Amino acid sequence: MSTPPKSWDMPVFAALVGLAIAGPLFVYPVFLMQVLCFALFACAFNLLVGYVGLLSFGHAMFFGFAAYIAGHLAKVGTVALPVWLPTMGKAWLTIPLSPLTPEIAILAGTLVSALLGLIVGVIAIRRQGIYFAMVTLALAQMVFFLCLQAPFTHGEDGIQAIPRAPMLGAFDVRNDFIFYYVVLAIFCAGFLLIYRTIHSPFGQVLKAIRENEARAVSLGYAVDRFKLIAFVLSATLAGLAGATKALVFQLASLTDVAWQMSGEVVLMTLVGGLGTVFGPIVGAAVILAMQTYLASFGEWVLVIQGTIFVVTVLLFRRGIVGELQGLAGRLEAKLASHSTSGAHRGPAE
Amino acid sequence: MFELIGVSPQALFGQLLLGLINGAFYALLSLGLAVIFGMMNVINFTHGAQYMMGAFCAWMLLNYAGVPYWGALVLAPIVVGSTGVLIERLFISRLYHLDHLYGLLLTFGLALVIEGVFRSQYGISGLPYGNPLPGGTNLGFMFLPWYRGWVVVVSLAVCLATWFLIEKTRLGSYLRAATERPDLVQAFGINVPRMITLTYGFGVGLAALAGVLAAPIYAIKPDIGANLIIVVFAVVVIGGMGSIMGSILTGFGLGILEGLTKVFYPEASNTVIFVVMAIVLMLRPQGLFGTPR
Amino acid sequence: MRWSLKAWAAAAAVTAGAGIALADYTDGVIKIGVLNDQSGIYSDVTGPGSVWAARKAVEDYCKANTCDGKIEVVFADHQNKPDVGSNIARQWYDVDKVDAIVDVPTSSVALAINTLTREKNKVFLNSGAATSDLTGKDCSPNTVHWTYDTWALANGTGNAIVQTGGKSWFFITADYAFGYALERDTAAVVEKAGGKVVGSVRHPFPGQDFSSFLLQAQQSKAQIIGLANAGGDTINSIKQAAEFGIVQGGQNLAGLLVFITDVHALGLQTAQGLIFTESWYWDLNDVNRAFAKEFAAANKGHMPTMVQAGVYSAVFHYLKAVHALKSDADGAAVVAKMKEMPTDDRLFGKGTIRQDGRKLHPMYLFEVKKPSESKGPWDYYKLRATIPTEEAFRPLAEGGCPLVK
Repeated sequence: MSTPPKSWDMPVFAALVGLAIAGPLFVYPVFLMQVLCFALFACAFNLLVGYVGLLSFGHAMFFGFAAYIAGHLAKVGTVALPVWLPTMGKAWLTIPLSPLTPEIAILAGTLVSALLGLIVGVIAIRRQGIYFAMVTLALAQMVFFLCLQAPFTHGEDGIQAIPRAPMLGAFDVRNDFIFYYVVLAIFCAGFLLIYRTIHSPFGQVLKAIRENEARAVSLGYAVDRFKLIAFVLSATLAGLAGATKALVFQLASLTDVAWQMSGEVVLMTLVGGLGTVFGPIVGAAVILAMQTYLASFGEWVLVIQGTIFVVTVLLFRRGIVGELQGLAGRLEAKLASHSTSGAHRGPAE
Repeated sequence: MFELIGVSPQALFGQLLLGLINGAFYALLSLGLAVIFGMMNVINFTHGAQYMMGAFCAWMLLNYAGVPYWGALVLAPIVVGSTGVLIERLFISRLYHLDHLYGLLLTFGLALVIEGVFRSQYGISGLPYGNPLPGGTNLGFMFLPWYRGWVVVVSLAVCLATWFLIEKTRLGSYLRAATERPDLVQAFGINVPRMITLTYGFGVGLAALAGVLAAPIYAIKPDIGANLIIVVFAVVVIGGMGSIMGSILTGFGLGILEGLTKVFYPEASNTVIFVVMAIVLMLRPQGLFGTPR
Repeated sequence: MRWSLKAWAAAAAVTAGAGIALADYTDGVIKIGVLNDQSGIYSDVTGPGSVWAARKAVEDYCKANTCDGKIEVVFADHQNKPDVGSNIARQWYDVDKVDAIVDVPTSSVALAINTLTREKNKVFLNSGAATSDLTGKDCSPNTVHWTYDTWALANGTGNAIVQTGGKSWFFITADYAFGYALERDTAAVVEKAGGKVVGSVRHPFPGQDFSSFLLQAQQSKAQIIGLANAGGDTINSIKQAAEFGIVQGGQNLAGLLVFITDVHALGLQTAQGLIFTESWYWDLNDVNRAFAKEFAAANKGHMPTMVQAGVYSAVFHYLKAVHALKSDADGAAVVAKMKEMPTDDRLFGKGTIRQDGRKLHPMYLFEVKKPSESKGPWDYYKLRATIPTEEAFRPLAEGGCPLVK
């Protein structure tokens, strides 16, 4: 078990949302939007590693590919697919579209990511542990190659100057303050979906698979199907985060699909706390704040990030939130003087 | 003479030979990784950084101590291997009771630290290192620099010696036994932790040796390892994690495959290995030469 | 937890004696942001050296003229990624009231900053990036492209080599937009001058082993192997070409984008005989040598690159225009003023800025010296030819810049 007594989650979430609503008055909104996008990405990743026990080393493919799709649809619209015809060879199937509004572009990016998740998932979930990590890495490298070579992604330049057309035909979201609340709403929706999932009977089965897969099989669960659904859900939400990010920065680039991005989301989740509800959010905020505030240290940022990685693995394997929960649990236990279920161990220990 | 899709046989032979040379690096690096994984169950993400340290160490030996290439070939692996021993004692040894993934994450962090330190000290545009074996010979279909030939010879010799050491000697059998049942081997009076530490140092030394070999042909830069490590990972996975011979053969084989890709579809030459990796993992998850665990 | 960029980038303030409060400066400060690669493959070409050059320009300007109020130079690392770069630039413009961004190597980042600067109506002075699109199809009333571009490099090097007999070319091209642009511009020049392109190969970016591509180039039997790449890729290509005896075999290399720091990394033994185009060299005259001496003292003994010299020159001219207007508020107006005034500074001398944002000056064709010809450290180039201002850059009409009527 890795969540605190259930009753605390929603009040904490409500308090966080309250903070987030007031946030732009104190903090630069674009930075907050970045944190929200990466927090959602890390939450989606955490769903897989924290609750199913599958460490994906290729989640950037969903994040980045959805960003490209959303960016392309919002900027250009027209879709051209290469098709191979038996007699004519390669031809382009063109669907002329005008540039789409942000909400449809984000939705489309998310759907494409779900589809990609289904394809990758079918291949990858047949493997476990380190082999799962390696298959996802290999497939992510192929998606990276596709993004490097496909004409619509514009290679190194990326898709730049993605416009923010009025949302739902009316809201002017070119203003960062207004768009911030749109992003906040998207984040909340994604977060609540994940929360519902892990606290549903479905989520209980996932945890059972994580703890002991053989036993889950013997209990008659179609383990592969559960894993696949979780994988697709994780990919979908990672895609939602990526597509939203593309509209926040009005840019989709190779950085978002590169393997280093997959490593970054692992770092965020690990620092925040694997398998905790709020850990990924805290982790994303901490890592991004660090990268931003420490940028003037140049090459030392690498050293600092690496050190945090090492220290976390050696000393704080449960991450910030996990350690705090452990502390709170011990306190609670002391106060109640009889044993409670508060203290718990990290998932992969 | 026959032509293959517009490529002359001369061109093909040339590319095959170049592929073999690149494969020599892959083999040496993946061998080190395989030794470490096979004997310790640690996925050493720091391997790329240690390869880079080998190259830098050769440069430092030359510029600060006046030790030429031939001396560095022996000294650099020992120096870098000793830092590996230190890393194993200080950090990695604390993680053996945990999931493999923590070892991967730890060494990933260490790699970032090492690369960052070298960047801040030596910048990024690369340091020059003279070629100890200039010149070469014309093979008819291509010009083979002596040095590249030397790389293949050294790599092959070291790979085979390592394979022999681990698979065919008494020391190797202790090692393999210690991987399976450390408690039992310990009971026979063998210091298992020390053996594991030295194994890690040896694996790191192999990476450093590859680094010294690379110094005269590639620019010595802090990021040379980071660019290579992912590819070498793929080589190890394809060969079968922990399989010594598997990683050697796969290293050379994939070098050749990559060479061919450079002729027919050069843009994909960085990706072809991953395609192979995905296919192998699907059909034979334990790798081409691995045994199921 | 106020979001302040004080922590983002160390700020250096140069305060001049007599500030004039009447002038209309946003937040009372003229703030210049140097945005470049502080830690990656272009950090020696641009990096901290460019920051030093920008500060030096402020110092020199304020010594010779009366400066209005406070002038600040800040810097940040864009890591050669368009997302990181535009993120920083956005915060600079929105939160920290930066008035102008300078340098910005890496074409993809430069294009992103170009768009953003226009949207926010600020000023973008590019010195580090190569793409000629900045003054072509992507030209902007808020951007000046200062030091060089792909067209100028291709024109200088391509023409010179074809005229001295290098008629057939094979390109080794980095597989991304910058590489294509360099290959495209050079191929056009080569063909126009009567040469021909016999083939090309695209290598993954960044590359490590070029032997395979060099072998293909060798088998093409082309006289000239054009290296349409940059930084570490160029260094590796040249090193490995030497190893495989390409030059002894009768073929010649043409580095299309080579900086003095690349030559330094290669060493003269390997780089000798290489021909390429640059817009500035430290050893051309006494003024440059004096500047270089000061620069080297502050920058680990390195000599300034043309990009760093360009940053100096661009900042100097920007300050002139801002002081003439007594305002830094309207970016487009500042750039219009910059175009109206002739440029004149100690490193690039007299020049002009064209309607499309192209800064005009002569370009130089250099050849790398033999080790025996070099008289000391960093004595690397001999001047082969000077390409006069009128011929150095792409004609105004051919760029396709929408600003040109």
